[in-house]
Amino acid sequence: MTKFGVVVFPGSNCDRDVAYVTRDLLLQPTRMVWHQETDIADLDVVIIPGGFSYGDYLRCGAIARFSPVMQQVVEHAQKGKLVLGICNGFQVLTEAGLLPGVLTRNRDLHFICDRVPLKVERTNLPWTQAYTNSEIITLPIAHGEGRFYADAATLAEIEDNGQVVFRYQGENPNGSLNNIAGICDRRGNVLGMMPHPERASDAMLGNSDGLRLFQGLVEKVAALA
Amino acid sequence: MQTKYLAKIFVTLRPSVLDPAGVAVQSSLQQLGYDNVDQVRIGKYIELTITTTEEKKARQDLASICDQMLANPVIENYRFDLIEVETQTGVF
Repeated sequence: MTKFGVVVFPGSNCDRDVAYVTRDLLLQPTRMVWHQETDIADLDVVIIPGGFSYGDYLRCGAIARFSPVMQQVVEHAQKGKLVLGICNGFQVLTEAGLLPGVLTRNRDLHFICDRVPLKVERTNLPWTQAYTNSEIITLPIAHGEGRFYADAATLAEIEDNGQVVFRYQGENPNGSLNNIAGICDRRGNVLGMMPHPERASDAMLGNSDGLRLFQGLVEKVAALA
Repeated sequence: MQTKYLAKIFVTLRPSVLDPAGVAVQSSLQQLGYDNVDQVRIGKYIELTITTTEEKKARQDLASICDQMLANPVIENYRFDLIEVETQTGVF
């Protein structure tokens, strides 16, 4: 079994959707982790869900980054354990310095709520091992600040290290540099992505392209045990 | 002796970062007829008071506050002005 923890900040709103996937669809032990918790040593995978943590005050993720649980999440990541940030969770991970770059206001200022095609750039990661290389999948996006930005040197480093995991295919919805939709850290155990795999996991909703991300994780952790 | 300072903090986008909100405001101003307006950039203005024994310490604390939380160095620069508002001496 893979033990999942879903971090809940004031203003998180995709937390229960994530727990529905890991607990109800994949039947894995899952617990909600309140932002003031200071012990998460029992968890295999920490997921920081989407939403508007702390009202997105100051900058998206800027205040969440300083909540007590984040120190534990940083330590979890430093041990090489798995951390996934989805949407606002991705923004929190960049603010916390676990991932490079920053997510800025969409190029055309609109809040975008859509389903977009994505290319899976790497499958030799726990996150994407259940996909095929260069596979095009479709996932929902819903964000106002999803335009990935990093300075030229950092961007080159991200590309050279193969840290781009998902790229928008075809039209770039938000002006993200290099069409980046999701990146991992150098070791590959921390993933941040703007698209919502948890919203495309229950076949009843018409799309289950996101489910394989979670299934791959369960297989990976089981293989390590 | 404790001195209270008012800090006026300006957080601005680095020149290399696209500011789509600034572009939208600029285009709207130009539609209003101000075709002499250019280079609109939208930033943040933050006020706070800080009490320390000396100005140097206030400046050090503020730099640390800005670096850690108020600005994201990946995309933003900051500067601040300090104004002495109150000095308290003796026994309170």
